[in-house]
Formats: sequence, structure tokens, C-alpha cells
Amino acid sequence: MSSERILTVARAGREAVMWEMKNDPSVFMLGEDVFTFGGVFGTADGLGEMFGAERILDTPISETGFIGIATGAAMAGMRPIVELAFIDFIGVCFNAIANLAAKHQYLSNGQVKIPMVLMLGAGGGYNNGAQHSQYLLSTLAHMPGMVIVAPSNAYDAKGLMHSAIRSDDFVVYVGQKKVAGIGLLGSPIKTSMAAVPDEPYTIPFGEARVVQEGTDITFVGVSWTVHQCIQAAERLQKQYGLSVEIIDPRTIVPLDREAIFKSVSKTGRLLVADEDYQDFGFTGEVIAGVVERDPTILKSPPIRVANPNVNIPFSRPMEQRVLPTADRIFEATVALLNL
Amino acid sequence: MTPNADQRKAMYTSIVRSREFDDRILELYFADKMPVFDLGKGLIPGEIHSSHGHEPCAAGTMIHLRPEDTITASHRPHHQAVCRGLDLSKLAAELMGKKTGYCAGKGGHMHIYSQAHNFSCSGIIAEGMGPAAGVALANKMRKQPGIAVSYMGEAAANQGAFHEVMNMAGIYKLPYICVIEDNNWGVSVNKQASTAVARNSDRASAYGVYGEYVEGNDCDAIFEAMARCVERARGGGGSSILEIQTYRLKGHMLGDTMDYVSKQELQGLKDCVVDYRAKLIADGTMTDTEADAIVAEVKQEVDVAIQFGIDSPYPEPDDAFNGLFAGTSR
Repeated sequence: MSSERILTVARAGREAVMWEMKNDPSVFMLGEDVFTFGGVFGTADGLGEMFGAERILDTPISETGFIGIATGAAMAGMRPIVELAFIDFIGVCFNAIANLAAKHQYLSNGQVKIPMVLMLGAGGGYNNGAQHSQYLLSTLAHMPGMVIVAPSNAYDAKGLMHSAIRSDDFVVYVGQKKVAGIGLLGSPIKTSMAAVPDEPYTIPFGEARVVQEGTDITFVGVSWTVHQCIQAAERLQKQYGLSVEIIDPRTIVPLDREAIFKSVSKTGRLLVADEDYQDFGFTGEVIAGVVERDPTILKSPPIRVANPNVNIPFSRPMEQRVLPTADRIFEATVALLNL
Repeated sequence: MTPNADQRKAMYTSIVRSREFDDRILELYFADKMPVFDLGKGLIPGEIHSSHGHEPCAAGTMIHLRPEDTITASHRPHHQAVCRGLDLSKLAAELMGKKTGYCAGKGGHMHIYSQAHNFSCSGIIAEGMGPAAGVALANKMRKQPGIAVSYMGEAAANQGAFHEVMNMAGIYKLPYICVIEDNNWGVSVNKQASTAVARNSDRASAYGVYGEYVEGNDCDAIFEAMARCVERARGGGGSSILEIQTYRLKGHMLGDTMDYVSKQELQGLKDCVVDYRAKLIADGTMTDTEADAIVAEVKQEVDVAIQFGIDSPYPEPDDAFNGLFAGTSR
């Protein structure tokens, strides 16, 4: 009998990991603080006790080493899930990610497969400073050879985790820390909690979700900024009667450009919100994908709401200023439409 | 464990095969890059780090490996590929960027993969260590036979990956061997200038693994040392660092004039293939005629391989778009 519970993103993702580990002996987890601590952001909570130290493998703080090792285990047919607590740490293991895991499949002309998941905690907004708050999604998405998923809610978190573990490709699973709904970071964002079926289910890569339908403007957000878009849209509806359509791509690579184009074809306006640095990033990529295909469908200039290319400052007023908050999305829309 | 006559002849054949292959590659490499030397020109474009001089490091170690064992090779991979038994034709074709190559032209000289041989490369130094240790971990977790061996130069031991992976190999007691080919030079930087200890094998004690240094670039001595490391790995005794004294006869890469190497050092370089032949003939393991026959047979094999590469078609330009993702799921 099926039942649904309202779960947080972290719980839902962890449920998929548990199911896959129970049903496939080739799935194992390795990384920093996973065995007893359950992962810095709770993604492995309780798994150590459940599966033992051999399948929930604590590693030293040696990121290029353990991502290289996970790559080798994947080459040998295992399905490693690697926990790298902070996406900011990719700086110390970028070679293992970009030159090993992301290249073996292609360079070997498909002889070698890398069925590996790299879990990353990303994002700021809780005063953790410039080296533990970045989103950096576009840094990874810029390189070929990785599937990149970024769930915004519990339902997608579980489905995408099942898909990621079962995939024969290298999948980077970017968990936004405030979206995860774990202890240490306050109450969960309400719109990130969702009804989650007990049974396992998958979500195909490259399929966006229409969060809400609308006719006046399209908002595209990623993970945390999806919720900022929802909040801004609510206020715009209430104050100005504006009808906003919100698209959540769910996977960044591959990107569902079709769904975004379809929405903008209807609304004629586009705002893209992203927590990452703006320049050379996701927001520009989404806009380019639309205007390359048809430059005439936009009735007004596209808007980017992202980190305005400054390092993330510690102090609250400064950090809040550079985050792509609902306020910034609201104000940018009001200015665009002269509301 | 000392090698018997058959094993010694097999090692000799291996180093001759690698040398003859590299000799032909060298000849073809320089034939069509003039008058202005251009790496991107000719039948074999790009950098070539030839294995001239390094052959015993692969021949003396690989002879102990079984089909289920795994190898990750370095940016200088020809002798490693040849001694692992990869097909010379597909190897030559890959070096030429042909469709019939091991990676259909996507890899090239520094990125040779043959899943059938559990053989892969990392052109980034020391970064083949992680994947090798990872295969060793997978084998250990699944209680499957099979050890893993990574190959690299001595300068690679100064990479962060060396420290990280060796430490983990020590913690997890992995069936893994790190073979270090010590040719005394990291491109143009001498080992003394780059490395705080004389022998990287001494670093083994920092990781709780076994370490051994082999002098002389001699197949027999390498065979014996590798036997100890392999026995340890197969028997659950954990990992080893095996550092082998060797040398580069053609510099870092083809075209390297080696101006930074002293005349004295250059003049003192010996040829390991010549030396091993003389040694086997002197102690009666094989005759001059037998040795000539081995060389003649290998030359023919190399001729066929090179011709196969030359005759093979290039990939279609749009083949570049194939195979970025598997696109499949369990």
C-alpha cells in the first residue's frame, strides 16, 4: 500500500540513498564525516549504523584522493556516492572531478563508464563567509561530461537521487544547504517540503517542472532561487495582479531549454534568478538559449538576478545585498514593467 | 623469486616490442613536421613522450600481473601499454588519431584506454593513482581477486594526489602498488632540485606501506622487487611503493634537445635493451640467433601495426559529438 509523507529535501534524498543501498550491493558512500556524523549537512544521517563502516566509508580530508578513488571504484563497476561537504572545496579536487570523472567516458570512447554520484552542499545566506557559501554550479556546468542536478523540493530530491544513483554517467547532485531543511539552518523553507511517495521513483534528467503557470513573465530559478521566485511572484500577484510563470529546470545539465522557450514564447518576458556569480554563468546561458532560437519573442529585455560578481561578504547586510532574494526579484520585475 | 629463462625471454621480447614500436613512431614523428617544427602537423601530431629507456619498468612489473588486475598508466604510456599486451595496431591507430584506434581517436597518446585489458591513462601526473586505488578498493569490498598498479614518474610523487592516495591506500590496506619510474628528471627539473628525499620509496613509512627502490634499470632486479610487492598485495598485506631507477633516452618529449642535461650525464646513459640482450646471451639464456629472431619477429609485427594505422580512416568530424554520456541506467 502506498502512502505519502511530507518530507524535507534532505530526508527525501536520503531515503533514495537508503533504498538503493539496500537493493544494490554495488552502491556505497564515501566522503568526509559520513559514518558517525552523517555528513555535515545530514545527507548520510544514520546510514553508518544501518550499513556499517565498509559501505559508509569515512575518508581523510583528501578530496582529490577520494574522488579519484571513487572514480576508480566506478570504473570497476561499483556505484559510489561521494560526499563532499561544501561545493567550495572543488578547488582542491577539480582535477579529479573535471579531468578524471568527467572525461573517462568520452576519452575511452565509451569503454569506461563512471556510474558515480558526487553530492555537494552549496549556497549561502547564513553568514558562513566567502569560502563556505558559494553556489559555483556554473563552474561545473561549464565543463562537459557531468550531469548536474539541483533539486528545489523533496519530491524532486528523491526522484533525482534515484536517477542519479542508477545512471551509468557521472552525476553531480547539488544540494542547496538552506533548501535541504536540516538542523543548524533554521526552519525548512515551506515550499521545499513536499509529499513524497514511499516507493522509489525516478525523474528523467533534462525535464523541467512548471512550478506555477502564468501569462505575464517567466521566472527561471534553481533550487533556492525557485523559492525566492515563488515568494516574489506571490507579492507581484497580490500587489499588481501580475501573473508569473515559474520554471524549475531541476537538472542544469542537460538543461530543458525547450520548456523555458515554450514558457517565454507565451509570456514574452524572462527573469533568471541564480545564487551563483552572474558573469559567464547560468543566467546568461538560459537567456542565450532563448534569444539564439528566436530573438523576437522577448517584449522587454531579459533580467538576471544573481550574485553581482563579488565575493560573498560575511556581514549580514552585505551578504543579503548580494543574494538573489525575493526582494531583488520583486524590485527588478517592478522596474522592468514600470508597475 | 628470480625469473626463469622463459620469463626472462618474455621480458626481453616485451622491451624489444616497446622499443621497436617507439623507434618507428619516432621516425614517423619527425618525417613530416619540417621545415618549421610544428607539433600539430603530420601523421602523428601532438606531444609524444617516448618510452625509450623506460621499458624495463613495465616489462619487469607487468609480467606478474593477471588479466583481472588493473593498470593506470602515465603520460608516458607506450611501454606500459605494450607490456600489458595491448594490440599494437590499435595503439598505432590511436596515436595517429584514426577511427580504428583504441579510443576511436578521442584519446591519443596520453589517453589510451582498453577496458579489455583493464588499462587506462591519466595525462595529469599522479592522478592515475586515485583510480587505481579505487579499483583496488572495489575489489577488496567485493572480495574479488585482482590488484591495481599505477605507473608514474618520480616527479609525480610531489603531486598532492600522491600524498592523499598513498595515505588512503595505507589506511584501507588496499591491494595496490604505486610504481614510480625514476628517470631523474621532471621535464627539465632534476630530482635533487624537486624532491627533499633521495628516494620516494622512503616515503612509504609515512603511509604505513611497503617501499622498495630498485637500481640499475634491469628487468631481473625489477622482476624480483615487483614479486615482493605483488605477493603482499595479493595476500592481503596492503600497498607498496616500488621506485625503479631508469632514464629517458629521448628527453621529456620528442623534440626535447635536453640542453639542461650535462654532457657527462648524457654520455653516461646506457641502453637497457642492448644491456639486457648482452646479459641474457652472456649467461646462456638465449643465443645471438634467438635474439635476432625475436627482434625480426617484433619488427614485422610493428610494421603491420604501423601500416594498419596508416591505412585506417580518420573519424568523421561529427564523431566528436558522440559518447559524452552513456545515457543509460542500471
